[in-house]
Amino acid sequence: MPDKKIRSIDNLERLRTRILEEGKKYKSRVLVCMTGCRALGAANVVQAFREKLTAASLDSEIAVVETGCIGLCARAPVVLIEPYRYLYGGVQVTDVDEIVQTTLRKGQPVTRLTMSENGTVLPHITDVPFYQKQQRLVLEHCGRIDPKRIEDAIAGGTYLAAANALTSKTPDEVIDEVANSGLRGRGGAGFPTGLKWRFCRKSPGDQKYLICNADEGDPGAFMDRALLEGDPHRIIEGMILAAYAIGASHGFVYVRAEYPIAVEHVGIALNQARTFGLLGNDILGSGFDFDIEVRMGAGAFVCGEETALIASLEGKRGMPTPRPPFPAEKGYKGQPTNINNVETFANVPLILKNGAQWYKSHGTQGSAGTKIFALAGKVNNTGLVEVPMGTTLRELVFDIGGGIPKKRRFKAAQMGGPSGGCVPAQFLDLPVDYDSVKDIGAIMGSGGLIIMDENTCIVDIARFFLQFVQSESCGKCTPCRIGTKQMLNILQAICKGEAKIQDLDRLEVLAGHIQKASLCGLGQTAPNPVLSTLRYFRDEYEAHISEKRCPAGECKALVTYSIDTDKCTGCAACKKKCPVEAISGKVKKLHTIDQAKCVKCGACYEVCRFDAVTIK
Amino acid sequence: MSCRQSACMDMTLAEKIVDSFDHPTTDDLIPLLQKIQDAYGYLPPDVLMNVSKRTHIPASRMYGVATFYEQFHLEPRGRFTIRCCRGTACHVKGGQQIIHAIKQALAVEEGETTPDMRFTFETVACLGTCFLAPAMMINNDYYGHLTSERVKTVLAEYKT
Repeated sequence: MPDKKIRSIDNLERLRTRILEEGKKYKSRVLVCMTGCRALGAANVVQAFREKLTAASLDSEIAVVETGCIGLCARAPVVLIEPYRYLYGGVQVTDVDEIVQTTLRKGQPVTRLTMSENGTVLPHITDVPFYQKQQRLVLEHCGRIDPKRIEDAIAGGTYLAAANALTSKTPDEVIDEVANSGLRGRGGAGFPTGLKWRFCRKSPGDQKYLICNADEGDPGAFMDRALLEGDPHRIIEGMILAAYAIGASHGFVYVRAEYPIAVEHVGIALNQARTFGLLGNDILGSGFDFDIEVRMGAGAFVCGEETALIASLEGKRGMPTPRPPFPAEKGYKGQPTNINNVETFANVPLILKNGAQWYKSHGTQGSAGTKIFALAGKVNNTGLVEVPMGTTLRELVFDIGGGIPKKRRFKAAQMGGPSGGCVPAQFLDLPVDYDSVKDIGAIMGSGGLIIMDENTCIVDIARFFLQFVQSESCGKCTPCRIGTKQMLNILQAICKGEAKIQDLDRLEVLAGHIQKASLCGLGQTAPNPVLSTLRYFRDEYEAHISEKRCPAGECKALVTYSIDTDKCTGCAACKKKCPVEAISGKVKKLHTIDQAKCVKCGACYEVCRFDAVTIK
Repeated sequence: MSCRQSACMDMTLAEKIVDSFDHPTTDDLIPLLQKIQDAYGYLPPDVLMNVSKRTHIPASRMYGVATFYEQFHLEPRGRFTIRCCRGTACHVKGGQQIIHAIKQALAVEEGETTPDMRFTFETVACLGTCFLAPAMMINNDYYGHLTSERVKTVLAEYKT
């Protein structure tokens, strides 16, 4: 096998020019998301494109590229055609022929597959409102390159910033640049990254370690998964820069086992980086040695906490330890260790490439740069979005997210997962950054943004998160282990209509103790979803307790489904949908629900086109 | 690859895995257990005792780690593992119904395996595929936008 090692920055630039030159032979490129969209048939679409193009002898001038997440997951499988910038959604194997004939041969859009807004066809990706308010800096390559090919990453400019820094900057200069940029940790807490690196650099120790925390466990978050799957070389470049800055020679990517595609893509990327001399000994002839090892998590949410993650790497039960000492002083194997989140590393090459001042010009005063959000729940355009810090929730939910399905009312946005809170409609115009969100009782967190409409019960959401932290509590400290269990008991009683009004005060008292006395972040923030919902939706808690009523109609013990005699047309849609055969009635005659059989699943409510199913 | 009865417990697989690590220490315990579980489908106690003797990692330590992390199993597993998401986005989009539908279709509870050893059903905190909500995984394949009916069709494909 020929030696592919790149030995200098000139080598790297020459290689880049050559790859770009070779790429010119392709007249157009068919980009198909092969990560999230795989669940909805993207693999078959890729295969169909390859077969049709080969059959038409077009395969030498049209490239089919398997990319990471293109963003608009709601329309999966998504296909982007360059150079036309046509974005197609819901593409199936049967559409491939038409795309080849109309788009790839004639350059025309297939309008039935493009996006549209109020009847206007929007063929170009740049016209689609979902993308217009976004600023895709960290995600620039995600969905544009084949993450399994280092050549694609190099062509896009990856590794140039690292090569520059390694050969012409001192570690302290790298730290200064990152510190001046104002980059804060994207994992949730928002600690200044430059400061964290400096602590670790200054800590005495012969061997230092660097860890990429990819144990993305918050329910509702998938930013890190998308980055690892769609642009793994960017993370590696960020890690090389960090390792150089703090003086680490060994790194880990600690990734969730629930993300098989991410594990695969990172593994491929690391091997390629080694082959190209971008990892290993004497990187690019700079004299700097660094290599990275992948470790898979084994299914414990608490391992997202840095001391628990280190315990897990050391082959122990993933239990946190008190800080101080911080990992920067005594981390993995008792040596100085620096841990950053995936998205934090992904920001670093941008800063080194464009400078701290450029980076600071994005976002707000206290929160520089952009943030990637995973938009999900009751919103039309679910997907992966990147916006400058300070973008309002309204822009995120309505302009980018396309509003709430079925024109229902926006109720709240859950931010920050189990450590965060629910942001109600009154704060829709709040600019979202670390500090503003903290002021209203939520946290920005890692970037999960779950939208809830009027039919989502806020008490049920609080119960949901408490159940989550309760089952994920490692059990080491009493306030978290027992306190969350007690809070959960109260919330379950509220959802069943069996609680007393004094229980709300007990919830708040318990929450205060758990926040103050728990050992790690998991326990300290566990009460947040309850406290923030009590703050903004206390009336809903009270309705459950005093009136034995669930205003959103979601708590099963408190609702009954019935059919409105005036509105029912006898279409039988509900009867067909009912999973337990609780609905009876002849076609075109009034239908009724047998309450003894009804499991209150809500399927009839969702399917009825005449609003005849009522929840009380 | 997998072998499910203790009578035919083949130690050579485990021995090969141990040898693939260069003098494994407790640091390597989690990757070591992951590889053993990949090979055997679960962590058979006899195998763990054998590995403990070879590596000098105490069996108690292995048991402690294996019972802490959700991914490790000390009981044999079904051929297909169904992981149904109970994350926030799936929850607000009716994930509970999907869990109910799977339980009904397979007549098992969470964490159980069907008597024919075909399916093991578990729920996970979040699959990170919220745009597919409600979603599940069967081994390494994702299934999204599920309804109770679609669960039945998908499972039927795995039953034959």
